[in-house]
Amino acid sequence: MTDPILKLRGVSKFFGSVISLKNISTSVRAGEVTCVLGDNGAGKSTLIKILSGVHQPDEGQLLLDGAPATFANPRQALDAGIATVFQDLAMIPLMSVWRNFFLGSEPRKGWAQLRRIDRAEARAIARRELRDMGIDIRDPDQTVGTLSGGERQSVAIARAVHFGARLLILDEPTSALGVKQAGVVLRYIAQARDRGLGVIFITHNPHHAYPVGDRFLLLNRGHSMGDYAKADISRDAMTALMAGGAELEELTHELERSGPAESSIARAIAEDVAALGIHENTPTSTTSEES
Amino acid sequence: MVATTAGADERIARLGLLRRLLLKPELGALIGAVLIFVFFSSLSDVFWSFSGVANWLDLASNPIGIMAVAVALLMIGGHFDLSAGTMVGTAGLATAILTQNAHTVIWVAMLESLILCLAIGFLNGFLVVRTGLPSFIITLSTFLGLQGLNVGLTKLITNTVQVQGIDKEPYVSGPHALLASNITIAGQPIPIAVFWWLLFTAVGSWVLFQTRFGNWIFAIGGDKNASRNVGVPAARTTIILFMTVSFAAWFAGNTIVLRFNSIQAVAGVGQELVFIVAAVIGGCLLTGGFGSVVGASIGALIFGMTSAGIVYANWDSDWFRFFLGGMLLVAVLANQFVRGLGARRRSL
Repeated sequence: MTDPILKLRGVSKFFGSVISLKNISTSVRAGEVTCVLGDNGAGKSTLIKILSGVHQPDEGQLLLDGAPATFANPRQALDAGIATVFQDLAMIPLMSVWRNFFLGSEPRKGWAQLRRIDRAEARAIARRELRDMGIDIRDPDQTVGTLSGGERQSVAIARAVHFGARLLILDEPTSALGVKQAGVVLRYIAQARDRGLGVIFITHNPHHAYPVGDRFLLLNRGHSMGDYAKADISRDAMTALMAGGAELEELTHELERSGPAESSIARAIAEDVAALGIHENTPTSTTSEES
Repeated sequence: MVATTAGADERIARLGLLRRLLLKPELGALIGAVLIFVFFSSLSDVFWSFSGVANWLDLASNPIGIMAVAVALLMIGGHFDLSAGTMVGTAGLATAILTQNAHTVIWVAMLESLILCLAIGFLNGFLVVRTGLPSFIITLSTFLGLQGLNVGLTKLITNTVQVQGIDKEPYVSGPHALLASNITIAGQPIPIAVFWWLLFTAVGSWVLFQTRFGNWIFAIGGDKNASRNVGVPAARTTIILFMTVSFAAWFAGNTIVLRFNSIQAVAGVGQELVFIVAAVIGGCLLTGGFGSVVGASIGALIFGMTSAGIVYANWDSDWFRFFLGGMLLVAVLANQFVRGLGARRRSL
């Protein structure tokens, strides 16, 4: 097997006395999807920022193609082919798809002071790149504001791919989307994987992660709960781990004590826990998403 | 949403020609300009005669048209410059006082005036970028400061509130030819400022829509953080935009001095709002990220036509402002409506 594009070895990050991440290890290979799962506050955001060069790890190492690497800033990570699609997507709603696609790296033609954006070229490339991802935008002059959330996500992914990303880091790409839209984005993740890119897919939803993932890093309060290959963990085991089985059980007891009305809810939850280990729809964790 | 085959998605119709047209920010202003032209032409024959047209083109060009171009670029970039009007006065006063009281050769005086203006523009931009405060506040303080300095220094140096006598300067013919002469077409003299204005408009529009810098203007006006994340130099772009406005102020102020051979210490005060109104009539969003330079120039044209038309129609000139207030309201309502039609689904 080839070397992983990126390997984390015992990475930790502290902010003052707060241990944000402790001893995290995982890897991502070309043509594979590594999912990072965790609830709010698990350290997912910190991990992304380390991978994208915003923060530097206080302990441990990043290995790029097997060699130790440090990213002092996002630019360096980008130059190494690591592109991060943040939740806000870095897109301007009032601008057209092609202008957004090339923003900051516009293709130009002409000479000296008269150099101008090669608009025909930019439109053609944007259209082609999106089509290669299986995204059909009818009109590259359409403003991004008129696209749906899933489409925007797709444009952001296509943009990262076009500008030479070997490793895509996707920050909660499905969290704000409806079921169908999320499915579409998952398909693009698979598409990117099939084109030979490494993907790090950050999410709190095991149901989104499991179908596309090849490797799963589970985070809880800054600690790793395990770094599994797909063969080593079932969906149910993963969701149960994610939900923190013990915590949920305690919650069930707590609710049961409060009275008959709640106890029916508690029973329902308990049944859910027993059946699937899904924590998502319980009343305590309806927090939709942090940044 | 995303269909696998082109055109198979029934939810997004292809933008028809009409829709495309409606999406143009300057469309509302263009319709308004045509209506105003027809309206005043029906009231007065002089209005649409050659000399009439030359007259309102002149009124539209300097300082309003030239400034509106720069102000529109700045507004699309997401900022205001309330000092733009007063800076026109500062530019003219600097040139006038330097020649009349410091006996500087006019070319040198104009160069020093340019450096002063660019410095003020840089300061505006730098403070906005550095402090992160709204440009409204920063340039309001520049506006008040310049207003005070213009009158205070002029009084201190000249003991009057007006500087004159520029026409008696040696070497004045050169700058005069450049900025304040007339070009005669078919027997009708047209001030050169009109042509400068058209050139400013063309260059501004080209930069905005065709160049990388123009793309960045839209981007920082649309979402500064997002554009920074993809590598747009937001700070530099912002500062250059403020300096563009101050360059236009230098151009306009010196044109006034050379043309009228005198300038008042209060010149330009209050005009900043006129520039902004012209840009807004032309389709620039107050929140930035959308607009057009051509639209702003059409806005300036509306100013020119209205101020000339009211005179030709023998109305009291007091009606001018009232008329403009109405125009502005209609323009922003029309723009909002039009944008709603153009992109019904979200944002804009």
